[in-house]
Amino acid sequence: MKFAVLVFPGSNCDIDCYKAVEEVLGEPVDYVWHTATDLSAYDCILVPGGFSYGDYLRCGAISRFAPVMAEVAKAAEQGKYVLGICNGFQILTEAGLLPGTLLRNTSLKFLCHDVVLRVENNSNPFTVDYAQGEEITIPIAHGEGNYYCDEATLASLKANKQIIFTYASNPNGSLSDIAGISNERGNVVGMMPHPERAVNTLLGSEDGKRMFTSILKAWRDQHDAATIR
Amino acid sequence: MLKAKVYVTIKQSVLDPQGVAVQGALHSMGFGEVESARIGKYMELTLDTADRAEAEARVKTMCEKLLANTVVEDYRFELEG
Amino acid sequence: MTQQLSAKEPTAEQIAEQQIYKQMGVSDSEYELICGFLGRKPNYTEIGVFSVMWSEHCAYKNSKPLLRRFPVDGPRVLMGPGEGAGIVDIGDNQAVVFKIESHNHPSAVEPYQGAATGVGGIIRDIFSMGARPIASLNSLRFGRLESDRVKYLFEHVVSGIAGYGNCIGIPTVGGEVVFDESYEGNPLVNAMCVGLIDHDKIQRGVAKGVGNPVFYVGPPTGRDGIHGATFASEELTEESEAKRTAVQVGDPFMEKLVMEACLELIDTGIVLGIQDMGAAGLTCSSAEMASKAGNGLELYLDQVPQREEGMTAYEMMLSESQERMLFVVEPKDEAQAREIFDRWGVICAKVGKVTDDGRLKLYHHGEIVGDMPVTALVDECPIYNKPSTVPAYYTENENVDTTRYAEVKDLGAALEQVLGSPSVASKRWVYEQYDYMVRTSTAVRPGSDAAVVTVGGTRKALAMTTDCNGRFVYLDPEVGGRIAVSEAARNIVCSGAEPLAITDNLNFGSPEKPDIFWQMEKAVDGMAEACRVLETPVIGGNVSLYNENAKGAIYPTPVVGMVGLVHDVDHITTQGFKQEGDVIFLLGETKAELGGSEFQAVVHGVTEGRPPVLDLDTEKKLLGTVLASIQKGLVSSAHDLSEGGLAAALAESCISGSVGAKIALESGGLRPDHLLFSESQSRILLTASADKAEELEQYIAGQGVPAAVIGRVEGTSLEIEINSVSALNKPVEGLKQVWEEAIPCRMK
Repeated sequence: MKFAVLVFPGSNCDIDCYKAVEEVLGEPVDYVWHTATDLSAYDCILVPGGFSYGDYLRCGAISRFAPVMAEVAKAAEQGKYVLGICNGFQILTEAGLLPGTLLRNTSLKFLCHDVVLRVENNSNPFTVDYAQGEEITIPIAHGEGNYYCDEATLASLKANKQIIFTYASNPNGSLSDIAGISNERGNVVGMMPHPERAVNTLLGSEDGKRMFTSILKAWRDQHDAATIR
Repeated sequence: MLKAKVYVTIKQSVLDPQGVAVQGALHSMGFGEVESARIGKYMELTLDTADRAEAEARVKTMCEKLLANTVVEDYRFELEG
Repeated sequence: MTQQLSAKEPTAEQIAEQQIYKQMGVSDSEYELICGFLGRKPNYTEIGVFSVMWSEHCAYKNSKPLLRRFPVDGPRVLMGPGEGAGIVDIGDNQAVVFKIESHNHPSAVEPYQGAATGVGGIIRDIFSMGARPIASLNSLRFGRLESDRVKYLFEHVVSGIAGYGNCIGIPTVGGEVVFDESYEGNPLVNAMCVGLIDHDKIQRGVAKGVGNPVFYVGPPTGRDGIHGATFASEELTEESEAKRTAVQVGDPFMEKLVMEACLELIDTGIVLGIQDMGAAGLTCSSAEMASKAGNGLELYLDQVPQREEGMTAYEMMLSESQERMLFVVEPKDEAQAREIFDRWGVICAKVGKVTDDGRLKLYHHGEIVGDMPVTALVDECPIYNKPSTVPAYYTENENVDTTRYAEVKDLGAALEQVLGSPSVASKRWVYEQYDYMVRTSTAVRPGSDAAVVTVGGTRKALAMTTDCNGRFVYLDPEVGGRIAVSEAARNIVCSGAEPLAITDNLNFGSPEKPDIFWQMEKAVDGMAEACRVLETPVIGGNVSLYNENAKGAIYPTPVVGMVGLVHDVDHITTQGFKQEGDVIFLLGETKAELGGSEFQAVVHGVTEGRPPVLDLDTEKKLLGTVLASIQKGLVSSAHDLSEGGLAAALAESCISGSVGAKIALESGGLRPDHLLFSESQSRILLTASADKAEELEQYIAGQGVPAAVIGRVEGTSLEIEINSVSALNKPVEGLKQVWEEAIPCRMK
């Protein structure tokens, strides 16, 4: 399984995502520059955190127009796996690949600490290795992680089981305690917490590891199924 | 040359935590008459064109595509010159 | 010599007649010297250039004789003071690069941008050496956390640090925040950055190779921060605030791009010299680079990217616009360099040439607008040996009996008072605003004795801390200086690391005042002695003088930034008690030493007497014993005793570990309140699991370090008995609340 970690000007969790794939899965992974126009070689695209374009204007607003984003949309359309973490989540919402948007934290402050997340849907390709309802510890680090969408969108998120993670204790004012969601099809996931920062007990927690093992397992299942057919 | 003045504000239906904080500060400073405060963004674009109708249409597209996030923000603009 | 004709600029004659140089901080005698070096009167641009190069900030003209007293060499030191940052070997062809720098005056005027640009500046110092920045720390001082102004400064300094550090993606892992009346109106904002480098990648700021082109990198130059270096070398007054031109604004996004592009450029191996444009911008970087190579430099100011129209040579040379660098490559490598900056979207302009005439020559609009000998700018600034006298307060304090206050009976309430003091209280409100985890290497997060960051691909890690107790330094600068270094070393050792070296930020009042200069001298002596004995040389630093407010000078605050090497990540140790049943040891001796203590300040409301004594040989033995005990795997937790003494240290270890402790002490003739709150030096709390306690006890005894088993980790309360009588019994949860709520409550 081949991973791409996108690099926008101002991305700063790109290295962490790269390391996480390398250390947890040992699968091939490449940095892919924001100007790239071909993602066909990759099975999973990680849109990392950071401050792409300095978060100027709005978080993710400028990045969504980078050439690579058209390819990300294409990959999503093809059913490939796309995971946006923190700023990556913001970029995916700005790009319209995920519904809603992320507002400033109600405290108006950047917040960096561990949070307890509840796995709301473990049938998503990114969460199959978790138990439904399991509580996991993963850090957040953001100033604008307050998820917002209109009522109709929220209703459909709930109806389609697109809410993947919720906060046990809401840190930022997010609607319905939402920490991470997927698109309708389930192959595009965005989340504010950083699973790539939780892959080593020396650094605090390894509860994020299973997001990576999940996606490998999901890909293999799909791949094997395809091969058998 | 035309100048576009673009105003982007958070929609009335959406919580504006900065606005709430500013309102609170104004109240504590004795400006009790402040019923609400909304924080927005102001942008000035200098356009190399004399065609107002075209500029109008293009600035609108700029707002829709980039300058405002219409999920949570409203915008309006004025053309001068 | 043609004169640039600018409507506003005074002529060389007018500068002389009207003594305009004085407004720039140049004295009459210095002006005469400058005329001598030039063989004529300087024009406006030249006097501007001299004034910043000869400011305290750039030339250390008042502090150089003192800085020479520091030990700067050691077996591991690869680069000492003089370059952007010092470098220390950590084995395997790797080295650690670090430096601390102040941004006090800008932060007093515009706290957000002042602090942000301070962080940006020190990061540039690190990557201009070729190192990848891996962590930042900040040592902050404010007035009492009561007035709206102090809260405003505190809030905005913290968010400025967060805004810059978070965006550029370098974790802010530690530091300190202290609140004391002495810093009212003159906060201290000292930013430290730590980087990693391979030995063969080390860069220097030199303009090598006559005829080679000089490149400018970064955003265009504007009129911001002109005369920042001079401003930093004066007392803050209303007049100086009005004199200040536009505040520099930081752009961390731009710096991220400049950093990545410069590191990539350095990686190619084509760079001959590189330096950041910090204080005094283009002036200082060009003059220093030329000086270090023994060369001259020509600058073509029309080629300097400009943000504003009609900028004069004077303005361009003195601008402190941020995120700019200067580098030199051979002409054949120009295209390769340009390609890298183009790809990162960073402006790169050829602005000059290395020459062999030893002069800094400035060209603008086809004319020479400045022509100065480089050595005069960099090396010939007069050095002043200021008069020094023992201040009256120091003599008076000699006879103050710090034990004269009535005994405090409610020790639990006193502990809560100390824990609730903002200087001692949890700094979570601060560090949660910092991204301290980005780069996924932070093994010990903010809130323990020192932060620990792992070194990727190895078993090694780096421990880092900043320390200084300004009260101790005020009461006895020499002892206080010794304590500052020793406490930093203790924090490093408690984290499981071997102290390597220090960087220092000497924050003092005006050196023109003999009693302030005395404080500087003595503090430097104390620090230098400690650095020698503890074998932690000074590899670089910064001097910030004229820190005064309406009431006088700040407490002398020579902040020590120390880095230590953890040889194996298994040695990483934190302050929190780990497990019920663990045995608690107190190493070191407790005496009735209350002078300058937190207890004296918050319970009795005074800072007086002499500070605790510190014997460096005792300290060294203690540190060696504790580090060896940790490396032998005998230690579960380690915590240095500092502000608030034994009681506060026990409480902090309980809170961090979310567990209680049962303690039984022998008073040894000390009054209970003195026993619990004395700040005697060279003391450390260790715990060991029950099966290792005996081995630890024997090992410590064998080293001749005084130690006692004082209790066990147990239950949910901190219970202390003294001579078998209950002295204090508080649920940890309650103590935690006091400790954690102190700052957020005041900031609501």
